[in-house]
Amino acid sequence: MGMRHVRRKVAVVGAGMTKFVRRAQETAKELSYEATKMALDYCDLGLDQVDCVVHGTAPDSFDGVHMKGEYLADGSGAWRKPYTRCYVGGGTGVFAPIHGWYHVASGLFDVCLVVCEEKMSSCQPHPQGAFLTIFDHTTERPLGPNLLWIFAMEMNRYMHTYGLKKEDIARVSVKNKRNAADHPCSLLGDADITLEDVLNSEVLAWPVQRLDVSPVTDGAVALVLAAEHVARRICDKPVWIEGVGWNLDTTYWTNRDLCYPRYVENAARMAYDMAGITEPRKQIHIAEPYDPFDYKELHHLEGLLLFDRGKAPEATALGITQRDGDLPVCPSGGLLGVGNPIAAAGAMKVAELFWQLRGEAGARQVPGQPRHGVAQAWGDLMQVGTVLVMGV
Amino acid sequence: MAILEKVDKMHQAVAWQGDIPITSRYTAGIAGEKFFRALKDEGRFLGTRCDTCDLVYVPATMFCERCFAQLDEWVDVPSTGHLFTFTVLFRDLDDQALEVPRVLAYVKLDGCDGGLVHYLGEIDDTELYIGLEVEAVFKDPANREGSILDVKYFRPVVD
Amino acid sequence: MTAKIESFPGVYLKESDFRDKKVLFTEWNPNAQYAWDAGVAIGRYLRELKEGRLTGVRCNKCHRTVIPPRNFCEWCFRPMDEWVTLPDTGTVNTFSLCYVTWDMQYLTEPEIPAVIDIDGTRPAVGIMHMLGEVDPEAVAIGMKVQAVWKAPEEREGSILDIKYFRPV
Repeated sequence: MGMRHVRRKVAVVGAGMTKFVRRAQETAKELSYEATKMALDYCDLGLDQVDCVVHGTAPDSFDGVHMKGEYLADGSGAWRKPYTRCYVGGGTGVFAPIHGWYHVASGLFDVCLVVCEEKMSSCQPHPQGAFLTIFDHTTERPLGPNLLWIFAMEMNRYMHTYGLKKEDIARVSVKNKRNAADHPCSLLGDADITLEDVLNSEVLAWPVQRLDVSPVTDGAVALVLAAEHVARRICDKPVWIEGVGWNLDTTYWTNRDLCYPRYVENAARMAYDMAGITEPRKQIHIAEPYDPFDYKELHHLEGLLLFDRGKAPEATALGITQRDGDLPVCPSGGLLGVGNPIAAAGAMKVAELFWQLRGEAGARQVPGQPRHGVAQAWGDLMQVGTVLVMGV
Repeated sequence: MAILEKVDKMHQAVAWQGDIPITSRYTAGIAGEKFFRALKDEGRFLGTRCDTCDLVYVPATMFCERCFAQLDEWVDVPSTGHLFTFTVLFRDLDDQALEVPRVLAYVKLDGCDGGLVHYLGEIDDTELYIGLEVEAVFKDPANREGSILDVKYFRPVVD
Repeated sequence: MTAKIESFPGVYLKESDFRDKKVLFTEWNPNAQYAWDAGVAIGRYLRELKEGRLTGVRCNKCHRTVIPPRNFCEWCFRPMDEWVTLPDTGTVNTFSLCYVTWDMQYLTEPEIPAVIDIDGTRPAVGIMHMLGEVDPEAVAIGMKVQAVWKAPEEREGSILDIKYFRPV
């Protein structure tokens, strides 16, 4: 596709985040500020050295502020700077860094701040009031739907197609919540959680049970992206963005094959192609796929071409995706363990790869000096795939 | 033959009605908590000061938007100021005529670089102009809630 | 980095902090009401539903017959060629048994949403609707179902003109 010819390299040189909490006292502006300040302090940069800002934040109706991006701009360091807001639902956390990437790769800017924020707790009585817009207003919403329906039906189809049992899927929740016990910002980390805990949790919308789902969360994540000549000067070990990919499928979700995310595969191929990755199973050392539900990690691992269709559950059962396994998946603890502030969750995964590839993930560190990782996010009306390949 | 028909009878033009059922709950925030508590409990305004930029923000903010410093210095701000700009409102949000027109103003408070948007009151015999000196009128302490409405309105300063 | 940073910001509030007014907050109802134009394709879909019929469309380029109907083929990016009246029967593609409402109130009897692939579509595609007159334990992917319609005088030109689908 010609993207291999992009010559200007871009690296992530700093990252910051707030704790992911159920209800933050901070306003949305303050959440953005806390994450952004941490990211800037990390690489000793001042606002005057930032050329532009890309902001990723999900529906205005969550925070309840119309034109939310502009409202949050000052908290994201964008005062009197070129500023872009982008949004593809949950896919935003990886989509915003992609936008930041081409701001720098194009040669137009040298240093770009990427800030992702969500304050879902403002949406009362429940953020589902806003989420329900995922269903068509005329042909679906009159049925009185619940957001859980759409995931439960996708999960059911996936289980049915490959003959899976709940245990095969629940193992992902156990792995991620245990991993998250080592993440200082996590909401639901639990070092002692067992498979029985997940299987015995209350059924919300069969086959989805309470511990299969990540919760409503508030939080913000910020990243500093820099062009090569700046990155090499200010950062001892820049983490390069080697490939980007994004893809959108139809919103006629009832017309789609629900057991395979083709849009994730398309985005992954775009990113792998650009990164020169021809054998992802060998060349990718860490994967952070989007896991708002436990079955989605499996779904997305297959879409990322890291396992054959229907085979990701088996790999999980064999321990391949544990932190010390052959292909660690969600060593951060993922959304299931750390939390799910819609636009910021994917950015948390990008930040995780930044720390992992630099050997700075502390208790979460994947052994063996990993060199390449893939982060993937998903969302919008259930049909976007966004992928980033990073490496050192 | 492709479908490119238009609706030709009015009754065929259907609109499906519905709503997005949410109420928004906004925390005052870290800085806002302190600002609005001072308003509620003490009937006064607070600002935060950025030394580097030599600015005092009102309403108080947690950070300076220009240099990105965290602001820890809180200062008292007078409840007097002047009309920076104003408008006279004749209709409400639903485009219904107001019985009595209302005046909305941006009051630049003294001693800081910010101000407040609020209504003006006690202005029946006043000629309004940009620069007019005004002062805040607060509700009784018992009726204050930690809201911007703890200020009833701004009124012209009478010498 | 996380090994080097000592603490992360973020002040955690409980629901009781709001109830007991330990923190200051304001509330606002945007009162967002809408009148969404059905458009040409769904406008006709709704009119046909009032007559007790399910309608799809066909693209003669990619040869798909799909439901819900749309004015243009999103694969070929050209107008759809024909309206197609479809049978009101189909196959359960997937389903869920839901015990909670959208604002998290609990139900004793589950609601059963399903994606039902409608007969006559090609490749098989479907719509979302509810299943009824069926024991939740007996629902299975692959089950054949049929629409149960409201009486003609009760129909309004809505997806709810079909009450639910029940096993054949």
